[in-house]
Amino acid sequence: MIEVQGLSIQAGEFALQDVSFQVATGQYAVLMGRTGRGKTTILEAICGLRGLVSGSVLIDEVNVTEWLPGDRQVGYVPQDAVLFPTMNVRQHLEFGLQLRKAGRKVCQQKSAAMAALLGIEHLLERSVRALSGGESQRVALGRALAFEPRVLLLDEPLSALDQETRLEMQGLLRQIKEQTGVTTLHVTHNQDEADALADRVLRLDDGVVTED
Amino acid sequence: MPPEVARLMSDRRGSELPKHPRRRRSDVPFFLVSSGISALFVLLIVLLVAADVAFISPAEFAAAIAKPEIKAAFRLTLLSCTAASILSIWVATPLGYLMSRFRFPGRWIIDTIVDIPIVLPPLVLGLSLLILFHTSVGGFQLERWLTDSVGFPVTFHWPAVILAQFSVSCAFAVRTMRVTFDQIDPRAEDVARTLGCTRSQAFATVALPQAIPGMVAAFTIAWARALGEFGPILVFAGSTRMKTEVLSTSVFLELSIGELDAAVAVSLVMVAMAVAVLLALRVMGTGLNS
Repeated sequence: MIEVQGLSIQAGEFALQDVSFQVATGQYAVLMGRTGRGKTTILEAICGLRGLVSGSVLIDEVNVTEWLPGDRQVGYVPQDAVLFPTMNVRQHLEFGLQLRKAGRKVCQQKSAAMAALLGIEHLLERSVRALSGGESQRVALGRALAFEPRVLLLDEPLSALDQETRLEMQGLLRQIKEQTGVTTLHVTHNQDEADALADRVLRLDDGVVTED
Repeated sequence: MPPEVARLMSDRRGSELPKHPRRRRSDVPFFLVSSGISALFVLLIVLLVAADVAFISPAEFAAAIAKPEIKAAFRLTLLSCTAASILSIWVATPLGYLMSRFRFPGRWIIDTIVDIPIVLPPLVLGLSLLILFHTSVGGFQLERWLTDSVGFPVTFHWPAVILAQFSVSCAFAVRTMRVTFDQIDPRAEDVARTLGCTRSQAFATVALPQAIPGMVAAFTIAWARALGEFGPILVFAGSTRMKTEVLSTSVFLELSIGELDAAVAVSLVMVAMAVAVLLALRVMGTGLNS
């Protein structure tokens, strides 16, 4: 479960005041709002990448507001994938597992399962430099999911993709939702994505989150 | 179409641009002038080296570099430049990273201080080192403490050579590392931190591997600077033959006793070393050659 309580964030000239919402365990919530309204900022705050003026973030009923990002067990997929240029696809999938001191066998099993789920088995030994946009997003998804995070945070994961790839990825996200049941907060400005995926739709407007 | 726009467009159609005479122009003068100016500089450098080579016969060259003093200086130069560069990288990598990634109070002061060795006249740097090690503060003198208590004399010994080289080399290495980290997307480290890394793990696993070409470049630049270092070494380390003499001071010593042949021979050795460093940079493809 993700709970955001009275979140206030100041980022340069941009400010969010007193934002509150929650996403129940196993739910797939889509947070909608126009560009530049602070959707990404909220995700970064949940990850711990952005300092808060006030408010708190709870993940599975634990207040993690003061925790380091790496201790929160969130799977974060940034908008343009942001892969690690010096690593191949397999290393991306095993990255979170190795940080959690998973053994070699566990790493291999989980990365193989993740690659199968995402349809990127043929890319495992490839460098990430030559991947297409859709492939990059799959790798970014796998990197965030492989260590079985408590929550999955998606920042406009489909916005940089062409129409066909986007539909494919929507199908994939639905499949992930069914297979893993991970609590997900998906940020987008695209109504079709919300219609296709959401259990719940939240809207961010003028710093207030409302429910559809 | 709104009426105003339609009117504007019809006006545009009515106005006629003056007819230019048809002619063919040439870009040749541009290339002639710019390559002419460029060629002057390239020619100057080539002539400098060519003059050195022409000045000395192979036999004289061989005789000069066979001298035990020169051999000792060559060895000390290789070792001290390498040591100074390794130290520079150790300091420049974290410092460059901090300067590139974080905004903190007093950052501009650090930025300025780091650049001081680059702008400081070399002799002044040497003199400052000498004074730092020999000024007594409340009965404590750094050099005396190092000599008597630690048993590690610095001034006029080989460590002074390395320290003098390091002081300048490191400033250049910091510049290079900072630019290197500026060009690496910090968001990859952010993502790594969400995946479970601490800052130091994100630095080590994500930022550092991307910075390796930059580290090679910084090492090479530091090495080349150390090779050319002369003033501070002369002042702070002296130029005792077989002890603190490096190739740059050899040139000076040979010149001062009228051994022009030997001075030129040593210069040629240094030219060869500098060219080797430049070639190494290109081969390793650090991006400095583009």
